[in-house]
Amino acid sequence: MNVSELKQKANDVRIGIVTAVHSAKAGHPGGSLSAADIMTYLYFEEMNIDPSNPRKEDRDRFVLSKGHVAPALYSTLANRGFFPVEELKTLRKLGSRLQGHPCMQETPGVDMSSGSLGQGLSAACGMALSAKLQNRDYRVYALLGDGEIQEGQIWEAAMFAGHRKLDNLCVIVDNNGLQIDGKIEDVCSPYPITDKFRAFNFNVIEIDGHDFTQIADAFAKARQTKGAPTAIIAHTVKGKGVSFMENQVSWHGKAPNDEEFAVAIEDLERIGKEYVG
Amino acid sequence: MSDNVKIATRESYGNALVEIGQTNDKIYVLDADLAGATKTGTFKKAFPERHIDCGIAECNMMGIAAGMATTGLIPFCSSFAMFASGRAFEQVRNSIGYPHLNVKIGATHAGVTVGEDGASHQCNEDLALMRTIPGMVVICPSDDIEAKACVKAAAEYVGPVYMRFGRSAVPVINDNPGYKFEIGKGILLKEGSDVTIIATGVCVSEALKAAETLAADGINAEVINIHTIKPLDQDLVLASAKKTGKVVTVEEHSVIGGLGSAVADVLAQTGVATLKKIGVQDVFGESGTAAQLLHKFGLDAEGIGKEVKEFVQG
Repeated sequence: MNVSELKQKANDVRIGIVTAVHSAKAGHPGGSLSAADIMTYLYFEEMNIDPSNPRKEDRDRFVLSKGHVAPALYSTLANRGFFPVEELKTLRKLGSRLQGHPCMQETPGVDMSSGSLGQGLSAACGMALSAKLQNRDYRVYALLGDGEIQEGQIWEAAMFAGHRKLDNLCVIVDNNGLQIDGKIEDVCSPYPITDKFRAFNFNVIEIDGHDFTQIADAFAKARQTKGAPTAIIAHTVKGKGVSFMENQVSWHGKAPNDEEFAVAIEDLERIGKEYVG
Repeated sequence: MSDNVKIATRESYGNALVEIGQTNDKIYVLDADLAGATKTGTFKKAFPERHIDCGIAECNMMGIAAGMATTGLIPFCSSFAMFASGRAFEQVRNSIGYPHLNVKIGATHAGVTVGEDGASHQCNEDLALMRTIPGMVVICPSDDIEAKACVKAAAEYVGPVYMRFGRSAVPVINDNPGYKFEIGKGILLKEGSDVTIIATGVCVSEALKAAETLAADGINAEVINIHTIKPLDQDLVLASAKKTGKVVTVEEHSVIGGLGSAVADVLAQTGVATLKKIGVQDVFGESGTAAQLLHKFGLDAEGIGKEVKEFVQG
């Protein structure tokens, strides 16, 4: 896919996110929208996956450690063909395969259950270690929140990944700068994030998480890096693509009402037309 | 039962791992800097490439195991019961229990028989914590033979299993040719008619000894070994409770949430017997030798015998 096609696809993913959260009347749109470009690149370009065989043995694995942005994962999976896009409207509803937080037993394409912050990176390390132990060449990707890395277990896992030289592991930090209680540097600053991962023997790359050329370069560099895991610190905008949600902490975990939803879809459809044009 | 042969069930854990490791190359053992104490050092020596030391980071160890299990490996996570079930409770619940992953947890140094290390390391809460996780199998073996059998059964069972082992040597009591271990099936060790003593772990051998002294006092006690706390063998418990009308549970664990509570759940629904729970009575432990502590908390044969006698005659 060229950059224009990727942007178009990411826009579709964002429409799915907003539609799902609006339908659920609950959920986390802000961090889902900030991660949409990275998720799109992973599932449409980077990862070796097969929507018709979600559990194929040699597939690359993805762990959504910041599990509350499940709408981003579900919308990406649906747009990639793992299940119908229409099903996104069942998000968080009783009996739905699309639980409030990812459940690997329910949803095709979900490689690990998550939602309790800080735990996903450890599971990703376990998957990456398994590949090393069994001489298998799949890669493992883990998406972390910048607020999530306040959890101590993230650094236990980072120490393990660096120590074990898990170069088949690629961590992405969605650095949108906001968490529920405010700006991350005001709540309990995790900065400098780059130096912290470097100190745990990671190859660290900083990018604009909405620039597909930079995203592509970063994943390519990660693949080429031997002897160390990679951490991509992606600078992003919370709520990206929906005018009234951008950089607004209040949109971390609430759903748009009908009026707001109409404006959001209008925003995204306008952006979509610009890409086509 | 022979008092001459005494083996700590943590030793059995290490030895059984080596045995199953020889025939199943999917078995991996994870430790958190305690391989010497959890006795998995024997596995590390036999299969160094299949032993993963995660360092002093139990929460991460549980997550690593979860990730490994998603790829088809069978990880055995080893640590002290305090850290495996306590420190890492939420990781066990959310990263292993919720996705029902095939992870085995070998928790050593459970209960007061940890001894001299004292209350901070004497976990009397693990059975209660692990029982609450849907789909978790919880096993507390009584001796070397049962401990080894449970490790083998856990490896064959698909799903999460918590196994509780002790630090101190305990008598071998299951050395009979008819012995058979099956997850979820209790074992009737001695038939009786006046009272049912249901014990688990190190307390099983003490309960058997107590039954002998009770016999001298004219009390004919039935003794049941419940090695699987969850799923509990309800049929065996109920059949015996109906027969004797009086049940006493004995465990090296808090009386809140463990074997006693599991049995109480069954009896309360049927009302066929009255129940007395022997265990750690909602207090923390303390330093001392294992034998001194079993005695202090009324978990040795003398303490059990006294309580049962009062309960039956009272």
